[in-house]
Amino acid sequence: MADFFRKLIGSKEEPAKQKQSNAVITAPLSDHQINAIITNQNFTYEVKQLVAAVGQSVGKQREHNEDSVLALTSTVSGSADNVPFGLYIVADGMGGHQFGEVASNAAIRIMAGNITKRFHSYLYNLPTQSLQISLQEVMESSVMEAHQYVQREAPGSGTTLTAALVLGQQMTIAHVGDSRAYSIHPDGSIVPITRDHSLVKRLEELGHLNKYEAENFPHRNVLIRALGQGESLEADIFTVPFPNNGYLMICSDGLWGVISESDIFRIISQAPTLHRACGNLVEAANAAGGPDNISVILAQLIG
Amino acid sequence: MQSGVTLVDRYIIQDVIGVGGMGSVYRARDLHFPNVVKLVAVKEMINRVPDALVRKTIVQNFEREANMLATLNHPAIPRIYDYFTQNDRSYLVLEFIHGKDLETVISEANGFLPEDQVIRWAIELCDVLAYLHGHKPDPIIFRDMKPSNVMINHNGDVVLVDFGIAKTFQSGQKGTMIGTEGYSPPEQYRGEATPLADIYSMGATLHHAVTHRDPRLEPPFSFGERPVRRINSNISVEFEAVVDKALQYDPADRFPSASAMKGALMKVARKTGALASSITSGLPVSTGEIKPLWTFKCEDEIRGTPLLYQGSLFIGCYDNNLYALNAADGQFQWKYPTDGGIVSRPLVYDGNIFFCSEDRRLHVVGARTGKVVWTYFSEGKIYSSPRFSDGHIFFGSDDQDLHAVNVNSGRAIWKFSTDAPIHSTPLVANEMIYFGTESGAMYAIDFRGEMKWRFQAKRSITSSPIHKGQAVYSASLDGTLFALDAKNGWAIWKFRLGKGSVSSPAIAEDLIFIGAADGFIYCVDLRTAREVWRFRTDNQVSSSPVVYKDSIYCGSVDGSMYCLEYRTGRLRWKFGSQAAITGSPIVLDDMVYFGSTDHNVYALSA
Repeated sequence: MADFFRKLIGSKEEPAKQKQSNAVITAPLSDHQINAIITNQNFTYEVKQLVAAVGQSVGKQREHNEDSVLALTSTVSGSADNVPFGLYIVADGMGGHQFGEVASNAAIRIMAGNITKRFHSYLYNLPTQSLQISLQEVMESSVMEAHQYVQREAPGSGTTLTAALVLGQQMTIAHVGDSRAYSIHPDGSIVPITRDHSLVKRLEELGHLNKYEAENFPHRNVLIRALGQGESLEADIFTVPFPNNGYLMICSDGLWGVISESDIFRIISQAPTLHRACGNLVEAANAAGGPDNISVILAQLIG
Repeated sequence: MQSGVTLVDRYIIQDVIGVGGMGSVYRARDLHFPNVVKLVAVKEMINRVPDALVRKTIVQNFEREANMLATLNHPAIPRIYDYFTQNDRSYLVLEFIHGKDLETVISEANGFLPEDQVIRWAIELCDVLAYLHGHKPDPIIFRDMKPSNVMINHNGDVVLVDFGIAKTFQSGQKGTMIGTEGYSPPEQYRGEATPLADIYSMGATLHHAVTHRDPRLEPPFSFGERPVRRINSNISVEFEAVVDKALQYDPADRFPSASAMKGALMKVARKTGALASSITSGLPVSTGEIKPLWTFKCEDEIRGTPLLYQGSLFIGCYDNNLYALNAADGQFQWKYPTDGGIVSRPLVYDGNIFFCSEDRRLHVVGARTGKVVWTYFSEGKIYSSPRFSDGHIFFGSDDQDLHAVNVNSGRAIWKFSTDAPIHSTPLVANEMIYFGTESGAMYAIDFRGEMKWRFQAKRSITSSPIHKGQAVYSASLDGTLFALDAKNGWAIWKFRLGKGSVSSPAIAEDLIFIGAADGFIYCVDLRTAREVWRFRTDNQVSSSPVVYKDSIYCGSVDGSMYCLEYRTGRLRWKFGSQAAITGSPIVLDDMVYFGSTDHNVYALSA
């Protein structure tokens, strides 16, 4: 027994000396030691954090800005839970009487209003019951409400709408028209996650146009589906994982139609921050002529 | 408007008969004819646009439609009686057409519409289009020909309705998208509308009528990818050729006019019309007799799912025994008696068979010997199947606990208490344990037995969850199949089944399969939650589908085991047992094994 305790607390005879040596150990670490500790630690963020930035410009050739953008980011984290929440929308309006901007603006506000109303209590109160409606249903009903509003209040106009609801590490996309969402991966691959609802894309898919003809097609901006147009509207709604260590990018055709994917990746990877990346993307589109309104959202999950 | 409302002291509203983009269409009675019931259609347009100029334009458009309609005189165009504007609403009073619109006729038809019938309507439609296109001074382009705008009146003749967007054609005028996606030709999206656009929409309408494929649900301009006769082989080659020509991508390749199209249709009618086309039943039924390779009779119902291990098939029965059979020939090897029915699917670990029984116990029995190794008591009947992971066995019990039992010692390391019995089989994935309860909760707990999240369905979750990527999938008796975020339990999507489900889903590629109490086996796209196909059996489907190669296998309470091609839902074969099949099959090495409530175990060739 005595041996056991001796082993446990060390030599019995010299407790004072023991204390002294302890005091020596608590001396400040040298820079060298600190660096060694840091490099030995696998440095990870405890909390998954969503960050986002937005860039927009009317472009060089248009008088009005018919694009609308909405970005909403929130991180709620505590001992129990960590739910990054983000809502990102790009809408590109069209139609006479300046109704295009009415349509795109109404669409993003109604979408965002509906979605935040649904999620508010779950994110910021302490919910006792889980949300009864699914994320895809929330997106679908919000698109329908925006659709009906635009039909009623701005008849004849329409708008594209590409929205991403990020919750945790998944994103639920609602998409109508030819704005686009991309997953941008660290290896430089830029994967479109939406499919344009445009005449030119459809004709290309059918094989009526080859890539060259498609690029020079005179009616590139004719949509076959748009929010606010037609009796029934079927938005593409689906859920995909947020790109691992990568970016979500949503943009209007004023960006993707003007600068190449490789340039987009180069600009993003060279910029020190997301905000600068957005600014540089808009600048590049303007430098290339800025034929249309430019809108871009970049989002990233850190941690 | 409510029924009973009277407009301009003359039209008393009876009912809503349609809802359009700008307002509703009502059936109303004209009170100027007190001695007879004269019905009219009242088309209402609500004008809530804030901008005064635009509002005025809309009223003008409306009045133009009214005036244009008033000048037309054709049996297939409704007569106009009156129009007026009150406050923010404008009304058009039209001839009331007794009958149904063609879309309803198509969807209510039992099978395909007969070709003769469709040709007769097509000829009438060509007549009215020729009349409109020949309008002076400018041709009238209907622009929105589709089944829902074609009424079939009580005489069986067509009437074109909804001229809301029919515009007097002015050459070179550009417009935004007008028309209905699916029925409109490519050039209409470019703002060009010519008589040839109506020819295309007419072709699309006929295509829909004879194939039952709604073009709004298909990619635009994709008719070429689904030729009429590939879908409905009863249609003549000649009629298919007419539809095909009307649907040509390039307007120059279509019929030059509605009259030319009518001529072509008349020719087809003369050729085929005399013949009463006999309708053969279109679906091939592949119920050729399937002989089981072997059967084995137990003493009571089998409701569970078997396990195959080292050439032996292990299956529990309501005669309270667990049976070990030779998988090759069905020879009896041993049975192990418990004190309750066994629905739980056995599990094998380290040469031992683990299974649960209504006698409240988890039994562990040597696979070769059939001798007890150890047993573990819960405090309720057990319907859940055991799941092994990381040295532990997990299962739920009617004592409302999820039990975690050390696989070697047979001792509980923890129990997680819920508020209801647990029939679902836990899923272990991403270092979490997921399971449903009879109170409709889905729990995610970690390996220490601490809750990470909880999702609440409206009714019990008996279905056992599965996962793919970052989502967990299950179903509830409330009639939903749902996808939850595995990390936080948010519902990503919900798919509405016809009735509740106790079936556990299966996944292949981006498709998820599940049975439901409405008798259907469903196939749903994992990403978009859209139905890909559904297959009807003759009773509830409590069995869980199993994927093997390019087929799924699933039992039904109608007594049959079904083998369906999983991408299309096409029936490959079915095998009838003598009673309901509620358990799930296992499929291995091209063999299907399952039990039935007719007391038999069956082995079939897959």
